[in-house]
Amino acid sequence: MSEGTTPETDARRIAEDERDRVRFEEEVLELADQVYRVARRLVSSREEAEDLVQETYARAFRSWRSYQPGTNLRAWIFRILTNLNIDRGRREQRAPATQPIEEGDYFLYNRLEAESGDSDEERIVQRLSQDGIVDALSAVPHDFRDVIVLVDIGDFTYQDAAQILDIPIGTVMSRLHRGRRILKQELAEAAVAEEA
Amino acid sequence: MFVDPCAKCEEVLQQFLDRQLSDAEVAEAELHLDECNYCRKRYKFEEKLRMYVRLTLAEEMPPELKAKLAALRTPL
Repeated sequence: MSEGTTPETDARRIAEDERDRVRFEEEVLELADQVYRVARRLVSSREEAEDLVQETYARAFRSWRSYQPGTNLRAWIFRILTNLNIDRGRREQRAPATQPIEEGDYFLYNRLEAESGDSDEERIVQRLSQDGIVDALSAVPHDFRDVIVLVDIGDFTYQDAAQILDIPIGTVMSRLHRGRRILKQELAEAAVAEEA
Repeated sequence: MFVDPCAKCEEVLQQFLDRQLSDAEVAEAELHLDECNYCRKRYKFEEKLRMYVRLTLAEEMPPELKAKLAALRTPL
């Protein structure tokens, strides 16, 4: 740069750069609640979630220049989060040897209704224990769980989830639908086991 | 070929609730739901289940974590 090297322009450039960085940091910190909420369900403990969120922010602050202003910041930070989570080697955990037989979407209701003899939707939902829901989600294989967590807890569109996970949108949809069915199967099994 | 309308309704439940169906498909599902108590109950259940699961799984960030994240910022 021939013109940009006077002390005044240098100083201005540095000041602008600084302001862009501060703005970036503030905006990304505003997303922390959402990042934590998703992180918490990607891993199994609160401690792991806190570590993962801190690593995510450390990386985000370090590599802020790779973020293009005007693009989707939320998708950008969640992409760091999911990549770090994969890097943590969690893919090696618990790969089910066999895929469960897939039940349809009415399966959970049918099972709970049959078990309890109660057909009221609200009461049937309330019969599910909160711990049971947490356990059921953690029993869903990772590829499916990631999509459920991003869409159903993180409120991402299919498009954003596809971008974050770097998979086609059709894969997002099929994993989401199958994943929710697997989740409901797990819930049905847990509820029946509790009754027994 | 005969298609069981309840099986079809079950098949599109997620897309219906996700608003991923075409207008024609929505109309067809609604027509069936209007007259089928069996499917209607299961659709309502699914809606309530989604809300309940969502509330259950949304855990607040520990307040001290926010301070830790702010501390990771580049010092001015």
